[in-house]
Order: sequence, then structure tokens, then C-alpha cells
Amino acid sequence: MSAMVKDNLSEIVTVNMGPQHPSTHGVLRLVVDLDGETIVGVRPDVGFLHRGVEKLAEHRTYHQFIPLTDRLDYLSPLSNNLAYCLAVEKFFDVKIPERAEYLRVIFAELARAASHLVWIATHALDIGAMTVFLYAFRERELILDMFEIATGQRMTSSWIRVGGIREDVPPLFFEKLKEFVSIFDDRINTYENLLTKNRIWLSRTVGIGKLSREDALDYGVSGPIMRGSGIDFDLRRDEPYGIYNRFKFEVAVSDGCDIYSRYLVRVKEMRESNKILQQALDQIPEGPVMTDDPRIEIPSHEDVYEKMEALIRRFYIITKGFAAPKGEAYGCVEAPKGELGFYIVSDGDTKPYRLKIRAPSYVNLGALEAMAKGHMLADLVGIIGSVDIVLGEIDR
Amino acid sequence: MLVELIFVVIKILVVITVLLLGVAYMTWLERKVIGHMQVRLGPTHVGWKGLLQPIADGLKLVAKEDIIPTMVDKPVYIIAPLLSLIPALSAFAVIPFTNATVNLFGTEYHLYITDVNIGLLYVLALSSVGTYGIIMSGWASNSKYALLGSLRSSAQVISYETAMGLSLIGPVLLAGTVSLKGITEAQANGFWFIVPQFVAFVVYLISAIAETNRAPFDLPEAETELVAGFHVEYSSMKFAMFFLAEYANMYVVSSIATIVFLGGWNGPFGPSFIWFILKIVALMFFYLWLRATLPRLRFDQLMTLGWKILIPIALVNVVVTSIVLYAIN
Amino acid sequence: MSGYLPIALMLVIAALIGLISISVGFLIRPRKPEKVKLSVYECGMPEFSDARQRYNVRFYVIAMLFVIFDVETVFLFPWAVSFDVLGLFGLIEMIVFIIILVFGYFYAWKKGALEWA
Repeated sequence: MSAMVKDNLSEIVTVNMGPQHPSTHGVLRLVVDLDGETIVGVRPDVGFLHRGVEKLAEHRTYHQFIPLTDRLDYLSPLSNNLAYCLAVEKFFDVKIPERAEYLRVIFAELARAASHLVWIATHALDIGAMTVFLYAFRERELILDMFEIATGQRMTSSWIRVGGIREDVPPLFFEKLKEFVSIFDDRINTYENLLTKNRIWLSRTVGIGKLSREDALDYGVSGPIMRGSGIDFDLRRDEPYGIYNRFKFEVAVSDGCDIYSRYLVRVKEMRESNKILQQALDQIPEGPVMTDDPRIEIPSHEDVYEKMEALIRRFYIITKGFAAPKGEAYGCVEAPKGELGFYIVSDGDTKPYRLKIRAPSYVNLGALEAMAKGHMLADLVGIIGSVDIVLGEIDR
Repeated sequence: MLVELIFVVIKILVVITVLLLGVAYMTWLERKVIGHMQVRLGPTHVGWKGLLQPIADGLKLVAKEDIIPTMVDKPVYIIAPLLSLIPALSAFAVIPFTNATVNLFGTEYHLYITDVNIGLLYVLALSSVGTYGIIMSGWASNSKYALLGSLRSSAQVISYETAMGLSLIGPVLLAGTVSLKGITEAQANGFWFIVPQFVAFVVYLISAIAETNRAPFDLPEAETELVAGFHVEYSSMKFAMFFLAEYANMYVVSSIATIVFLGGWNGPFGPSFIWFILKIVALMFFYLWLRATLPRLRFDQLMTLGWKILIPIALVNVVVTSIVLYAIN
Repeated sequence: MSGYLPIALMLVIAALIGLISISVGFLIRPRKPEKVKLSVYECGMPEFSDARQRYNVRFYVIAMLFVIFDVETVFLFPWAVSFDVLGLFGLIEMIVFIIILVFGYFYAWKKGALEWA
């Protein structure tokens, strides 16, 4: 791209922000037109992290694709696993065991908390509040420890399977979870003490990055940005998947339409996640974590060591995979960043014919220019932070 | 005469050495204090409790490759860090840090370097010169980030310098002198100027933080927006000199705050320089505390605070102080 | 003059220390220049254009305002020092001076010189 000075008399300066920039949250490149320090145009330039995930899906069995979903929104891999598995399960109309459903909810809400913690940390750091960063990462560490106990991995966990979850969690997981649930609300208070009524924080966030209700609908944004623009919609409540209709929680909505209301929404969501976790902890039953539907069941290791049929079945389903009936399915969840959907077209093979990912960050990023125009360069950093993007998901 | 000259040179060398060591250990203190405020430890590996960390950092910076980008304006690029550092160090020539004297060949000599009757003005003037270093570095680097950073920085520094100068007039009215030694001695009775001039003290403190580009006014080097600001193209020792200058400037503004508002070397007991250092360290700690607590202001908000709030307050303070002073006399 | 000689010495010594610390690493530091390393930082992309362009005029306005107010401060310092000597006359004179300045200040404010965005 050549120089973009629009005409010789104006003072429009074009600044390149990213891909190597500390506050674009990855390899996002923004071409920013500045008049002084006022933004007159922002053009996101994505694709630096493109891996062709959707194409890769066409050459993998349904199970083999799960690890790739981890690498979309790498801050909440289990939400991605869940959305993908929900989509695949739509082909089979399968009944998921109770315990697996509860564990899925626990994983998804922990992933939401972890993702929002990274968001509050980096967002606050972008605006200069350095301490919140380390406080939030301290709590995220607890969540990652739990993931490690449950799945063996801190980030790319790949733990949810079509038809259940891979294996039951050890008892230590619930001990840690209880401990976490009991302290988390208090820790959120700590962040709020540093930010919510801080004069400088308010002056940096209130009225900045406005996205009106109409614009939010037009741009098709979802998740906390949408709810921060006053649209009361949450897939968990309005189109419940899994067993979300059993939990009592409030959908966080704020109608300020600015960075601050997105901040309020996400902070409230963390608290609500904590409530859901508490309820799930109280209600979770014992039982199997993998469906017994023979079409998609992966037999457990215990069975494989003892039963010939299980060994054959496992070998078959791991190597060849299972064939989904001809048709199409769309599965979506309320991921931390918004509506994460997987649209799968099957031609009856063990591999998807076509797979499309509706990545919330990508759609939300589209509204960036509408939010940023007329604000100052310094605000752009806060606005990007409030969109909460993950480049792994945008570039796919 | 020769004895005096040699003594002065020795004093200067000692002061600069102590100052540079102070700067080095200020970075250590900053990392330690902020580290503990943020539930981490700060440096621990180099030396006991990481105490050798500043030395290691210094050696590393000396041994680093000195990258001079091709597009820069080379002479200006090289002079700029010097122009930042020299005024910051030179300001200490007039800082009276102790009232102790030493007897040399029958003559009493004071231990601070010198005292001139325009001391305060000299320090203010030097802090203005430091701005040239910043603006030259931004211009010479030929990088948009550096240029924006330096423009911001110079606008910020000159805006707050006005408020800073105005806030110092109140105490000068009370002391009746701009000699820093004179101002210190005017508070020898224990009646520090922070009491009658509290408003001026607050204005001064805010301006001083902005003047030294510290959080929450650290916009020129806001790494999240401008990557590093005016010194983005600098490396090796030239880069280090900007930091030396910044920390030395912190010492300068803290010293002025100590002398003008907190009674300088005056303390209830014990050697005078201990009190001086204690007060400076307390102010420095306050800076670090702010950095660990507050987010960053935006540039226009910063300018608004400086021009629309601090300057009127400082002006009113000058008028009120002079009227009250006249009424009392 | 004896009070100012140490200041001159201090300036010289500070300059020497600056020069020495810049050049002391000359012997030990590596020198491996290459084209990409020596290019200007613009977030990993080739730069659009020369950075030295015209910039927002507000910076110059601020600079001019600074000159006015700093000169005012410089006037105030000698007045503050000899406040006792000048007495009522000095007080009134200075208040008049400040009032004139405040008029200019509000004029600049109303004209929007202090607005940034």
C-alpha cells in the first residue's frame, strides 16, 4: 500500500498499527488515518495468522478436527470444542450423559472466566492500569491449573468429544473448583476497586467507542459488545443448548454503548459464570461421561483393556472415524467473545464436506471503524481492547 | 583557590556518582516495590535479592549493539540523548542536600556543590532544556511513532512547566528568595511551606509527575499506544541515557519538592542529609505507588488538566498568598 | 562569580560523563548492520512515507501559549522575591498584571485554543 496522504493540503497522516504492535492483541494490522491524533479512518488488515482451518476440516475425521478448534480462540479452547461437538451431535440426535453435560457447562464457564480475565487484564494494561493485569492473571492461573488437572493441558485442552467428554475429571478438580468459586467473587471486587469508580478509568472509557443499538444489529456483533449496546440476548438463555436452561443466572446488559458498558457487562458475566459454576457444583451427578450410542461412542480405556468388542470399536472409530448422515447442521454456543458457530455440511462421509466457522471476533472486528471514528489514537487501543479479539479466531 | 577548585571537582564527581547510583537503584526499587504490589517478586536472581540487577542491566546496555537506522538525522540523533541527560545531571549543582560543612586548611566549606541566588530558576530553566532532547530525538528518528511521542511529550512538558512554575511562586513569596538554600533556611523553624501552601504542593506534585513523564501521565512512552514513544529508534547506551535522564529528573523534581515544600534538610534530629534523602525516597515511593495504581490519562485530558485546572488554581494561589501575606505584614 | 563556576564545571563534567558513557562500549559492542535491522520501526511493515510531515497546528498553539505563560512566571519570580520591598504598590500592580493575563487566558479558552480534539 502506498502513501495515503489524501491531498496535499490536509494533515492526514497514515499510521500503520501492527502486525508488530503491543496492543493489537496479536498480529492484527490496522491502517489508521490520523488528523493530528484524531482517527478519521481505520482499516483492519487481517490474515497474518491464516492457516486454512476450514479447509483442513475437510480432510480430517470429525474427531481429528477437535484439536484444531482449540487453536481458534486459544483463550477459551473448551468453548470451541463444545460448539463444534454440539454441531456434530446435531447429526445424530444423541443423548449426552448427565455428568458430561454438567462438566461441559463447568468447562465452558471456566473458559469464559479465563477468557474474560485475560480480557480485563490486557484491556486494563492497554489503558495503563498495570496492576490489574497481574491480578487477573493470578486468577487465570488457578483456572488453567484446573484445566491441567482435568485435561492434562493448560490451553489447548481438546477435551470435549462428540457424545460426551473424553474422560471423567479427578476428585482434585472439584476441590480446586470449590476453592476457586469461593474466592472468585472477592477477586472480582479487587479489580473493580481498582477500576470501576476510578476517575481516570471512567474518563478513558465512558462515551468512547460508541456503537449504537442499531449499528450493533447492522454489524451483526454478538457477545458482550452486543449486550454492551443494550441488546438483551444471550444464547445460553434464549436458545439454550446443553443443560443451560437448568441454571439460574442473569444476562448482563448495559445500554451505555461504550467501552465502559462493555467492561461492566464482562465483569458481570464473570460473576454470573461464578454463580453457574456454584450451581453446577451443587447439582452434578455421578455417572458415565460418554454416551453409549454405538454410532459415535468412544469406548473408555477400562473397557478397551477388558473387552474385545470395545477394543475393535475404539480402533475403528479412532482410525476411520464415524460417518455423519447426509445433511447439514449448525451448532453454536455463547462463547466468551460472542456467538461461536460451526456450520457443517456432510455428504455422508466420515469427514465434513464443508465446514464454516462463525468466529465472533471476526464479526465484531467489523464494527471497529464505526466505533473508532472521531476518537483519538489513544482511544483506539482501548476500543480494540473492548472488542476483545483473538487473532487465532479471526484469521482461522 | 586551587584547593577550592579541586574540592569542587571532587564534590561534583561524588554527587554525580551518588546520583547515578541512585538512579540505578531507583530502577531496582521500582521493580521491587511494584513487583510486590502486583503479587510478584521483582528481580531476584542477580545478587542478593536482585541487588546487582541494575549493574547487570547497565553492563548489558553498554555491550549492546548500537543500531543507528539509515533514515535518521545522525548528528541530531546522537546529540538528543546527551541533551536529555546533561541538564538532568547538572540541576544537582544547586541542590543543597545538607548543611554540614567541612574544614579544609582553615576554611569552612559547605558540602553541597554551590548555592546561587537564582537556584530555583536555574533548575526550572534546565528542565526546559531537557525538552529539546526529547523533541530532537523524535524528529531525528524519522519514525511516526517517535515523532508523535516527542510532540506529545514536549507539549505535555511545557504545559505542566507553566503550572509548576506558578505553583512555586507561593513558597517563594513566603521565603522571599529563590536561592534554594535560602528557601530551606526559611523553613528552619519547623514551619514547612507545605502547611500554608498545600494547594501549591498538590499542583506542584501533579505537574512534577507530568514533567517527568511518569504514570499516570506517562503518555510519551505509552508503550501500548506509541510502542515506546520518542526513544523507539534508540538502542544501547543512547537508549539508557533517556532512562538515566528520566530517573535523574525524578530526583530533581523530588529534591525541589523537598526543599520548597517539605523543609529540605531540616529535621528534628540527626544529620541533615538523612532527612533530605528520606523525604526524597518518600516522594519516589509515592510515584511508584501511583504507577501501580492508576490507569493512564488520554492526551487531551492531560492537557485539559494542565491548562484548565492546574494553571488557574496556581494563579489563584499566587494572588491569595500575596494578599494574605500583605495583610499579615 | 564564584557561585557560578561550580555550575559551569558541573555542566562540563556532566557532558563528559554523557560522552564517555556513549562511547565506552565502542570497543566491546558488536556491529552487524543489515538493511532490515536499520529500517525504521513501523510495526513490521515497510513505512508508508517519510515521517517528517506537517503536523497538527494545535501543538504550535500550545507552544505559543506556553511562551506567554512562562514569561509571566518569569515576571512573577522577581516580584515574589522583592514582595516585602514593593509593598501595596507591587501587590496591586501584580494583581492588575494577572487580571490582564487572565483576560487573555479566557480569550484563548473561549477561542478553543485549549481544546484538543
